[in-house]
Amino acid sequence: MGVNRRKFLKIAGISTLGAAAKPAADALAMNPIEWLDKKLGGFTVPETLLHFFHKPAGFTPGEALTAKRWVMVVNVRQIDEEIAEACMEVCHRIHNVPHIKNPKHEIKWIWDEHYKHALPGQHHEHIDEALKKAPFLVLCNHCENPACVRVCPTKATFKRKHDGIVLMDMHRCIGCRFCMAACPFGARSFNWIIPWPREGAGTMPRFRKDKEPPNPEFPTRVKGVVEKCNFCAERLAKGQIPACVETCQELCKEKGREPALVFGDLEDPDSEVRQLLRSHHTLRRKPELGTNPNVYYIV
Amino acid sequence: MYDGGKIITGVIIGLVFMTFPIWYTSGRAAKKPDIKLPVKEKQCVEPKEYMRVKHMQLLDLWRDSVVRVAQRSYVAFNGVKYDMSLQNTCISADCHAKKTEFCDQCHNYTGVVPYCWDCHIEPKEEPAEKPQAEEKH
Repeated sequence: MGVNRRKFLKIAGISTLGAAAKPAADALAMNPIEWLDKKLGGFTVPETLLHFFHKPAGFTPGEALTAKRWVMVVNVRQIDEEIAEACMEVCHRIHNVPHIKNPKHEIKWIWDEHYKHALPGQHHEHIDEALKKAPFLVLCNHCENPACVRVCPTKATFKRKHDGIVLMDMHRCIGCRFCMAACPFGARSFNWIIPWPREGAGTMPRFRKDKEPPNPEFPTRVKGVVEKCNFCAERLAKGQIPACVETCQELCKEKGREPALVFGDLEDPDSEVRQLLRSHHTLRRKPELGTNPNVYYIV
Repeated sequence: MYDGGKIITGVIIGLVFMTFPIWYTSGRAAKKPDIKLPVKEKQCVEPKEYMRVKHMQLLDLWRDSVVRVAQRSYVAFNGVKYDMSLQNTCISADCHAKKTEFCDQCHNYTGVVPYCWDCHIEPKEEPAEKPQAEEKH
C-alpha cells in the first residue's frame, strides 16, 4: 500500500515540527539579547534594536570589584560618635545628599539610629547602657527580597542581578513613594523640596551647607524623586570599597580598633564578612519580615 | 453685507496679528548655532556625523547600560575605551568644558529642552560678561 494523502500530510507536519524544534528551543534557552548576539555574530544589531532590548553597549570595567552578593557587617561596639559622624559625612558629601535640617524634608542615606528603633525586637529596659547610647549606623539593607522593588510601578528601583545591590534609576522614578511605604527600614527619602537650588538660570551654582558646591563627579537629584544608599555602586565600578567603609576603617585603624564596618561577598566562604559571621553572633534588622536584609550587626 | 466695515476691520487686524511673527522678524535670521569644539580633544567617541544625528540614542544607551547593568566602559569605533558618563566624560572640564558653547547652542536654536542638567552637573563657567581670555594665565 502506498502513502495516501492523509499519511503524507501527517509525516510532513511532524517533520516540519521536528525541524523547527531545535532553533526554537535554542532561542528559548537564552534571553533575547544573547540570542540576538549569537544570531548576528557580535555587535551588528542596529542601535534602535539595541535600545529596545536594553542591550548593554559596553562592558564592566576591568578594575571593578565584583561579587555574587555584597553585604556589610557593622560592629556596633567599635563605633563612636566621631566615627559615625565621619561615615555619614563622607557618604552624603560624595553622593550630593543635601543637608536639610527640617526632619520632614530630610534626606539620608546612612544615619544614626537608637538601638531600640534599629532593633526593636531585641530591646529591653535593662540592656547595656553603652549600647543604648551608642550610635547605631543604619542604611539601606539591600535586601534579597526587596519589598521596594516589588511595589515600584516603573521599575525605577531594581535589584541588580549579578551582585544583589538594590539601586534607584532616578530617570524612571515618578515619585509615587510606594517604595517608601513598602520599605520596613525607612531607608528611603523623598525630595520634598528642590535639593540643589540654582542661583541663576543656566548657571551652575548649587550649594550644600556652608556654601559647599556639589561633588562634580556624581549627579544630584531633582524635587520629586526618592533616593537611598546605593552601596557605592559607582565606587565599586572603579575598584573602591564603599566610602563609609573606607573612612570608618581608616579611623578605626588610627584608634587601634577592629574595623567597625566590613564589606564583602557573602557567597565567598573565605571573605572577611563570612569569617566575621562565623566568629560572631550577628543580628539583622526585622528579619521576621522575610526581606532577608544584607546588613549584619554585631552588638 | 451687514456690519461690513467692522468685519473687514476685524479681519485686517486679525491678519496683522497672525502674520506678526513673519514681518516682525523678516530679514533677520536667528543666530545660527556657533559651536566651539573642545581644545584638548580632537576626536569624539564616535564620528562627528554619527554624533550629530544619534547622540541622544547613544546617551540613552549609556544611561541604561551604566545604571541598570553596571557596564560602564564603552569601546568607540576606533577602539578607544571610554567611561560612559555624561558629566565625567562628555561635558567635563577635559572635553566639552562649556555647556553654553556646545549643548545649548543647537538646543536653544531648535527649542529643545532636555532635562539632563536638572540633576547632572555641568562644569563651572565664568559669567559671560567677563572677557576672561586675557585675565587668565
